[in-house]
Amino acid sequence: MFKNFMTWLDARFPATKVWNEHLAEYYAPKNFNFWYFFGSLAMLVLVNQLLTGIWLTMFYSPSEPFASVEYIMRDVEYGWLIRYLHSTGASAFFVVVYLHMFRGIMYGSYKKPRELIWIFGMIIFVLLMAEAFMGYLLPWGQMSFWGAQVIVNLFGTIPVVGPDLVEWIRGDFTLSLATLNRFFALHVVAVPLALVAMVFLHIVALHKVGSNNPDGVEIKEKKDENGIPLDGIPFHPYYTVKDIVGVVVFMMIFLGVVFFAPDFGGYFLERPNFEPANPLKTPPHIAPVWYFTPFYTMLRAVPDPFGGFIVMALAIVILFLLPWLDRQKVKSIRYRGASYKILLALFVISFIILGVLGVVPVTDFTKWLGRICTVYYFFFFIALWFLPKFEKTKPVPERVTDK
Amino acid sequence: MSNQGVNKGRRNLLIGATSVVGAVGVIGAAVPFVRSWAPSAKAQSAGAPVAYDYTKLEVGQQITVEWRGKPVWVMRRDDKMLQSITKSEGLVADPASEKPQQPEYCKNEYRSIEPDIFVAVGICTHLGCSPQLFADAGSLEGGWLGGYYCPCHGSKFDLAGRVYSGVPANANLEVPPYTIDTAAKMIVIGEEGGA
Repeated sequence: MFKNFMTWLDARFPATKVWNEHLAEYYAPKNFNFWYFFGSLAMLVLVNQLLTGIWLTMFYSPSEPFASVEYIMRDVEYGWLIRYLHSTGASAFFVVVYLHMFRGIMYGSYKKPRELIWIFGMIIFVLLMAEAFMGYLLPWGQMSFWGAQVIVNLFGTIPVVGPDLVEWIRGDFTLSLATLNRFFALHVVAVPLALVAMVFLHIVALHKVGSNNPDGVEIKEKKDENGIPLDGIPFHPYYTVKDIVGVVVFMMIFLGVVFFAPDFGGYFLERPNFEPANPLKTPPHIAPVWYFTPFYTMLRAVPDPFGGFIVMALAIVILFLLPWLDRQKVKSIRYRGASYKILLALFVISFIILGVLGVVPVTDFTKWLGRICTVYYFFFFIALWFLPKFEKTKPVPERVTDK
Repeated sequence: MSNQGVNKGRRNLLIGATSVVGAVGVIGAAVPFVRSWAPSAKAQSAGAPVAYDYTKLEVGQQITVEWRGKPVWVMRRDDKMLQSITKSEGLVADPASEKPQQPEYCKNEYRSIEPDIFVAVGICTHLGCSPQLFADAGSLEGGWLGGYYCPCHGSKFDLAGRVYSGVPANANLEVPPYTIDTAAKMIVIGEEGGA
């Protein structure tokens, strides 16, 4: 019965073909480790955001934003849970995406032939930041309003066209419900569509070239007589089962936050946001949500606002160029020199410092520390270009290892 | 259909011509979508001028009036405050108000039509926060002459809204267009005119 149905279906739609190419006969390296959970977890969080997001739009109203969020929290059955899944999901998305990106950097997963996977991934990252930024305006709390005010006004620092551009973005002479309404449309329709499309392309490109692995060895170079990579195992069932373990552990932590600390001490949902937006009163201390803080510190590190805007934009742009800036042929950190390990460790430390500085008030000390870390952020990428000249790499094995 | 006798030149011309017409069409079709984002008629009418009776202000008092959704300060400065503005001359980045942050008729030392009445948009020129008033000398820190302090990124302004040197903001506070109607004792914010 089922067999007949599949024959009928396969004659009309490549169901078995797609299943085999992407799951049952997609051969992934057998040495995936902890760091390989975050790609599938990002997919999980994306599904969570789409599902809870669709449900939130059933109760949210952009003409009375703050009140309708309160309505969701207090009057809608399980509204609080759907909203907290969505708001915690936003932070979780950045947690898994930052770790996923770090994995890619650590194992050189952006290097030839995987440059396009990295580019698609970076586009996803930029879309995700736009999505998160516009979504944060929707509750129309004090921090929603003033955070958006700061970011939208950044465009006003662009010479000549800046002020008109800002008016066009806001659709008003000030940040108003007209602005919120267009952010709402972009947040629930336009950006999610683009995100899903880019995730699709990200995976298509990945499955074309095959996954990298912690050894940075190309498994497709050593195949058996059937053309199957010697170090490859079918994604399904081996990695689907492994990923389920990751999903279970992730859900325990994620739901722990949702149920016991949904505002995460003011870092996931900032306290001034429990007060309705008031254009005439600035909160004494404006800080973006934690996932934007490293870039926000870079913005503040430059005295000139337009200069700060440029530096912040370049910090993203330079990530796009990473596959061409890192000229070292050896992919994985396991076989790269000590110089690279030190550079990368300092990069992680300075990125974390930049993040912390974004939520604390500015003092002379933090200003200079922020500047040093900003300079180091860019230095890291430039150093990668020159590093192969000095770096003492270790021999890369022919096959993947059991470490 | 045979490919023989294809006039490649004519084919390329046709492809080029249809592409150009198509591109013009795309630009044309984009216009309504792009223009719809501009402030609507409703938003524009909400941006109409606002009048305030300045006799209600005590000397040294500041109130905030909402104009186009922006906080506009109206402040009655006393002589001590005006002297502090003269004293801050050397500390501010743009003492002569060279940057076009005010109408021509307010491009003077006190950045106002009447020296005692100060009108400014209470939005920091760095990134749009609302600076707070620390009017008395020494109220913010030792040696403070009196002025405004932005809690977001630490920008400082004197009592004429002139920005201090070496702070994140690099322009004086914006003075909106306004006029003083002496007969009605009203300040009309948003109406050009001067005294």
